[in-house]
Amino acid sequence: MGLSFLHRRQGATPYLLLAPGMLFLGLFFLVPLGFLAYQSLESGSIDFGYAFTWAWHNYSGAITGYGTQFKRSFAYAGIATVLALVVSYPVAYWIAFRGGRWKNLLLLCIVAPFFVTYLIRTLAWQTILADNGLVVRTLTDIHILSPGDRLLATGTAVVAGITYNFLPFMALPLYVSLEQIDQTLIEAAEDLYASKWRAFIRVTFPLSLPGVVAGTLLTFIPAAGDFINAQLLGSTTNHMIGNVINSKYNELIDYPAAAAMSFILMAIILALVLIYARAVGSEKLTG
Amino acid sequence: MTVEAAPPPEAPAASAEYDIRLIGLTKRFDDVVAVDRISLDIDRGHFFALLGPSGCGKTTTLRMIGGFEEPTEGRIELGGVDVAPLPPYKRDVNTVFQSYALFPHLSIFENVAFGLRRRGVKGGDLRKRVIESLELVGLAGLEKRKPRQLSGGQQQRIALARALVNRPRVLLLDEPLGALDLKLRKEMQLELKRIQHEVGITFVHVTHDQEEAMTMADRIVIMNGGHIEQLGTPSGLYEQPRTAFVAGFLGVSNLLEGTVAGEDRVTLTDGTAVQVPRNVLAGRTGTVSIGVRPEKLRIGGGEANSLAGTVTESAYIGVSTQYILDTPAGPVTVYVQNDRTGGQVATGERLTLSWSPDSTFVVDAEEGAQ
Ligand SMILES: Nc1ncnc2c1ncn2[C@@H]1O[C@H](COP(=O)(O)OP(=O)(O)OP(=O)(O)O)[C@@H](O)[C@H]1O
Ligand SMILES: [Mg+2]
Repeated sequence: MGLSFLHRRQGATPYLLLAPGMLFLGLFFLVPLGFLAYQSLESGSIDFGYAFTWAWHNYSGAITGYGTQFKRSFAYAGIATVLALVVSYPVAYWIAFRGGRWKNLLLLCIVAPFFVTYLIRTLAWQTILADNGLVVRTLTDIHILSPGDRLLATGTAVVAGITYNFLPFMALPLYVSLEQIDQTLIEAAEDLYASKWRAFIRVTFPLSLPGVVAGTLLTFIPAAGDFINAQLLGSTTNHMIGNVINSKYNELIDYPAAAAMSFILMAIILALVLIYARAVGSEKLTG
Repeated sequence: MTVEAAPPPEAPAASAEYDIRLIGLTKRFDDVVAVDRISLDIDRGHFFALLGPSGCGKTTTLRMIGGFEEPTEGRIELGGVDVAPLPPYKRDVNTVFQSYALFPHLSIFENVAFGLRRRGVKGGDLRKRVIESLELVGLAGLEKRKPRQLSGGQQQRIALARALVNRPRVLLLDEPLGALDLKLRKEMQLELKRIQHEVGITFVHVTHDQEEAMTMADRIVIMNGGHIEQLGTPSGLYEQPRTAFVAGFLGVSNLLEGTVAGEDRVTLTDGTAVQVPRNVLAGRTGTVSIGVRPEKLRIGGGEANSLAGTVTESAYIGVSTQYILDTPAGPVTVYVQNDRTGGQVATGERLTLSWSPDSTFVVDAEEGAQ
């Protein structure tokens, strides 16, 4: 009798452990999400109040009115993610394989700038990319930029800002997955006639894919919804969908439109992530 | 790519006398001398064992041959060619790693095909050779699985197939059986020997298990503290060890101190004269130790050398009984075959032991007993 009681308790344990998390998710994610969905189908205004009217025109309006900003968001986020990957991979590789006893210090160096708040970091880039700043002047001197060209208030500045701001989200998962790779596997590849480069392509890189996937998702998803970089480093011609949602919500107080756009953004991200996971997860890429 | 770096397996370089030649090979890690001026020739087609206690430099030696570690000094020749400037992927050598190092993201087929693909083998030829190699290790039919879906013993065989499929000049094996249980180990020892016989490739097998080395190898080199103690056939090393270390590493031996008293004669500390083969004593003078294996001693007289003593301990171990005798020249261990019933000797009894001069070996005295 006592024993069966014990068994029953064991059976319930996983659910008991899950309960706090589930409760949290339910209260602070699912409920607001439902509320957001509800709101996205309302119509009205802040002065006369909102009413649920199955207002699908919030969605169609968002797509027809702000298609450019949607596309731009995904383009900027995509480019920034690729750049962050290209910049972080060698760094993470070097720390994981050559870092030796300096590993932790080097990792700290990657994370250190991020002790400063997001806003300040992005404002710092305003100074870095300013019209008479060092970067612009140097690039003008070596004729990469023509006199009068600017970096600030361009798409380049926004992408640079996003890349920089999300770098650790790329670098850390990459480091973790590279660090776990058994060095004898790379030796085995070289033993089997693979040059250093071939060994990297056939063994090291495929084994680091979990880190690549985690890093790109952690970078791309928040980057696609970002508005700070476009606001501080871009002009209105560089606005992303995050800027539109922000202004609809905070300035125009058009909650239903903001909610509908959030839903569209979420749906597209979800679709892209599924396609991506599918492509990477297939045997082809790793084989 | 690097296809031309390694000769095709069908055309072995017949001119080379040795497959591997090490000349004054040395490796220092900061202050540790891992390998100390090793010189060694390994004949084509031999099953060669590198035997020694933990930390004696076996892995380091193997890694230098494979190209994973750069020698501090000395030369490595493969088939008469100095390989110092060649990276691992240009050496006609394959390694079976102790941890197997199978690629976890690739199927068994792709693991085995890895080396062939790098050398440009494709299509039907590739498939045929991979399957042949899997058949050689008795694992055909598993090619679609991933390494983690195999048992330890199966993974070990795949590692072997993956290396052998390339038909290298030399196969290096670093304690390949270390992770297997005893029964599987014994099976794989015979299996490895069969495969080596079948493919005729030179095997260099690292182990710290003397029984494993004796079972499998044609030639054994015994290493200790980074240097070579002795090189020989299993029976040669067992019958005529030249150092106390070798005598002790390859089983039990009795070492008795004495002084060289002639071309074929050593006088023990108690004055007993022992006859030894001339060639064994060649060149030695002063204090030495003579040695004799416990199973070469007979109870009673009859042989040229004899010693008497009192039985202090006896242990019955089935096929034989082990006695320890206290003799004036020192303690002596004897194994007596239990080929008749009865005849057990009690402790305290006095016994005379005798043995043939041919069963006697000589080692340096200052190295002490094992
Ligand atoms: N990378 C290294 N850095 C410093 N010392 C090393 C390194 N590799 C090996 N050594 C040292 O060199 C010596 C020989 O090591 P090695 O691995 O060759 O021994 P081994 O005979 O293979 O031992 P085991 O049977 O335990 O595998 C050891 O003292 C070891 O500590
Ligand atoms: Mg070792």
